[in-house]
Amino acid sequence: MNALTVENLSVAYDKKTVLDNANVTVPIGRLSAIIGPNGAGKSTFLKAILNQLPNKVGKVEILGEIFEPKNLVVGYVPQRNAVDWDFPTNALDIVLMGRYGHTGLFKRPSKQDKLLAQQALASVGMQDFAERSIGQLSGGQQQRVFLARALAQNADVYFLDEPFAGVDAATEKTIIDILKNLKAQGKSIFVVHHDLQTVKEYFDYTILLNKTILASGATEEVFTPQQLQKTYGGRLFMMQGM
Amino acid sequence: MIEFWVVLTGLLVGITCGIAGVFLILRKMSMIADAISHTVLFGIVMAFIITQTLNGFWMLVGAAIAGILTAYLVQLLHSSGIQEDAAIGVVFTSLFAAGVLLITLFAGNVHLDVEHVLMGEIAFVPWDRWTLFAVTMPKAVWMLLLVLLINIAFLLLFFKEMKLATFDPVYAASIGIPVVFLHYGFMTSISFTTVAAFDSVGAILVVAMLIGPSATAYLFSKTIKQMFIFSMLFGAAASIVGYYLAKYWDTSIAGMMAATVGLLFVVTLCSQKIIEHRRKTLVSKLENM
Repeated sequence: MNALTVENLSVAYDKKTVLDNANVTVPIGRLSAIIGPNGAGKSTFLKAILNQLPNKVGKVEILGEIFEPKNLVVGYVPQRNAVDWDFPTNALDIVLMGRYGHTGLFKRPSKQDKLLAQQALASVGMQDFAERSIGQLSGGQQQRVFLARALAQNADVYFLDEPFAGVDAATEKTIIDILKNLKAQGKSIFVVHHDLQTVKEYFDYTILLNKTILASGATEEVFTPQQLQKTYGGRLFMMQGM
Repeated sequence: MIEFWVVLTGLLVGITCGIAGVFLILRKMSMIADAISHTVLFGIVMAFIITQTLNGFWMLVGAAIAGILTAYLVQLLHSSGIQEDAAIGVVFTSLFAAGVLLITLFAGNVHLDVEHVLMGEIAFVPWDRWTLFAVTMPKAVWMLLLVLLINIAFLLLFFKEMKLATFDPVYAASIGIPVVFLHYGFMTSISFTTVAAFDSVGAILVVAMLIGPSATAYLFSKTIKQMFIFSMLFGAAASIVGYYLAKYWDTSIAGMMAATVGLLFVVTLCSQKIIEHRRKTLVSKLENM
């Protein structure tokens, strides 16, 4: 069974095609990088997979089934700057949101939910910040809280949108350790990634994206100068020696 | 007794709007509230034209439909590429104008005049009474109590979903939270609130009562629950203080209430800035020691 199957996926905003006929298949248990230049449609690709865009066409299967949000198999970590961090609440409350799908409508989160949220917060090294207002956290800490929320959800497939953007080195290390640990548990992880220097070190699977899927497969096969040239075009000049 | 009903009405407006305003501020939808407060007029007039009565129930239904229509049209224009503020501007002025035209054409002889709808007259509230379950209270009080209950019920049922859908709608949708339903449900409750507050403070000043107390509470609240409590308190305080100031100076009650809301906001903002400044100077003093 595959973690992700995408067939003929296209998305257009205002008649402008952002994603054109993308096809990709990724087996279970991989830690995959989604890479491509700015404006290549990486975030759109994630949102289309998560069924967030009404204007998409094509077929998306996650773990062999058409994705239904209520199945809770997918843990999504949006870009940190996609939300307003002045929202009046604390870190633990944000992580607890990862349990809302399990709690169900009309019910309050149970003690069990709160315990799981605390554990998730501890696993990203943020247990001492549970009561801290989210607006007072640093960028790296906010990113950890977002990851903890997805962890609290206990999903099987994770999608992370640029989790390393603007975070400190310690946070980057914490996050990649957690992702590798998830992979060891047999979960499938997809990460929109920008730093080409770390792709080989972090990811065992790579998806190259620029308006469509240009290549996908094991990192050592796909992450080659020729393929990258194809993805980034003339913009790739600092790739020598990699 | 008359004064009691007026003060109670003001208090209920303050509390109902204070509750409804919290998620308006958090969802950054103050301008949508402004739009709805005008377009419900269209709904009310349509309800009157169809039923030929000024029955409170049909007014609520008409207002709810107009409110949802406003939110829907704004969304429609926005997603077709028009800026959101421009979409709001176009939709609400058109529907409001339609409402005004319909009043003058079809409802000229009834108690439904533009000035009343815009400004309200809380001092007249005690004379328009309803008896229900052998209890006689002013119509406005009945309406406000009903809407207050509806708003509280909506929040009790969907508090955590509203919180998540407000903070992070994309994530909320990814775990199956019905974000679209919540959006329109919330718009309905804002429409109800606006209609209920019509009689007393009018459509324009209801915006002040919806946004002011919550915006003030937002300045210093650390949790949403705190924000609800302080927003309600500010709304209630502004109503009572506004009423007595208006009585003292013999001026417009609704106007005085809204002015008090504004004053509360400015005082809170300034004291917050002063406290921040003092803390900073204290910190730099300590660092220099």
